[in-house]
Amino acid sequence: MSAFPRAAELGLIGCHVCRLVCADAPGDHDPADELACPRCGSALHRRKPYSYMRTWALMIAAFILYIPANVLPIMRTASLNDIDDNTIISGVVELWVKGSPDLAIIVFTASIVVPMLKFLSLSTLLVSSQRGSGWAQPQRARLYRLVEFIGYWSMLDVFVVALLTALVRFGLLSLVEPLPGVIFFGLTVVLTMLASMSFDPRLIWDGRDSDD
Amino acid sequence: MGTSSPEALLICEHCDTVYRRRPLARGDVAQCACCHAVLERHHGLSVNAMLALVLTAMVVFVQANMWPIVTLGLNGQLSGATLWGTIVVMWQQQAQVVAVLAAGTLFFFPLLKMCLLGWLLWFARLGRRAPGFVPMMVTLHYLQPWTMSEVFVLGALVAIVKAHLYFDVVADPGIYAYAVLTLLITIFAGIDLRKLWELTPEDPA
Repeated sequence: MSAFPRAAELGLIGCHVCRLVCADAPGDHDPADELACPRCGSALHRRKPYSYMRTWALMIAAFILYIPANVLPIMRTASLNDIDDNTIISGVVELWVKGSPDLAIIVFTASIVVPMLKFLSLSTLLVSSQRGSGWAQPQRARLYRLVEFIGYWSMLDVFVVALLTALVRFGLLSLVEPLPGVIFFGLTVVLTMLASMSFDPRLIWDGRDSDD
Repeated sequence: MGTSSPEALLICEHCDTVYRRRPLARGDVAQCACCHAVLERHHGLSVNAMLALVLTAMVVFVQANMWPIVTLGLNGQLSGATLWGTIVVMWQQQAQVVAVLAAGTLFFFPLLKMCLLGWLLWFARLGRRAPGFVPMMVTLHYLQPWTMSEVFVLGALVAIVKAHLYFDVVADPGIYAYAVLTLLITIFAGIDLRKLWELTPEDPA
């Protein structure tokens, strides 16, 4: 598949935590008795343990929470004569119409595009790697790095709601309250981050010739 | 294997390809030939410079947390918010999950990260490993993705624009402190802190 020497073939393991190159125990040792990194003491793994299972589970959980995060309102604006509940998307629309379209695009990207991109990318990576596909490996590797990099920016809307709630406290005149949607959204972001962390990008390269 | 010391080798974290390490010149970035991930990059900052940056970040962090970030005005009434004010309000408003997330990613984790780094760099400056070096380095590694101050700055900007529709908005010193903090975080983002493992000798005793 590739002419490059790979750690698993040379009997080496790179420590996940400190990157020290360690010698693997020969043969198929019992996964129960874990090797430990001599430098930092962390457990050594050839691949992240149960990577597919964990990533699928966390991603599906994140997706389930993403539904109420979008359907339920995230923020209530109450003033003397009207109450206005905003969902993520209606907040974006409001920003687009009344405020600044450029910020609307940023919020839309952080709250809608990034999470959707994460769900789609991670599923693509999971399915293609599980089938041992050799298709577009460098591109898939880049996709994974992108997903990891952009992940936490989705927290943007959560912080916006929190700040507005703290700021707009004018009693009867004007008040902002957080609504349950924002909690679901915060949890979605955390779960997608955990999901992308538990995916092992080396699985992209393992392919069919791997005998693991 | 065994002809070279383990530190002469480098494994790409993204595809498991093994490399022999080469010394990097200023501005060099080693890239994996197989998956194009960055293997390591040269950075010109000495331990002293890094320590100075950490101390600066600490000072700015205190300011960013003490000073209000934004103040709103409505018919002469003023209302300001600090980070902790925000966290407390979210807790009171039945959004405890958000309060905990914000307290962790915007206060406790960044604070812990700076304190650990400051401690480790202080001893690295003296040419040795700090007491508790190993557990601290491991903690730093796991803490890495969970600090979100830079996201909060962007969030504050969005909040200001949204509030501007209905209120008089005054940007307070806190927001500038946060801007500086973001700049410092960006500088640190380019540094692989795991270099510290090799910078200091193995046995502190």
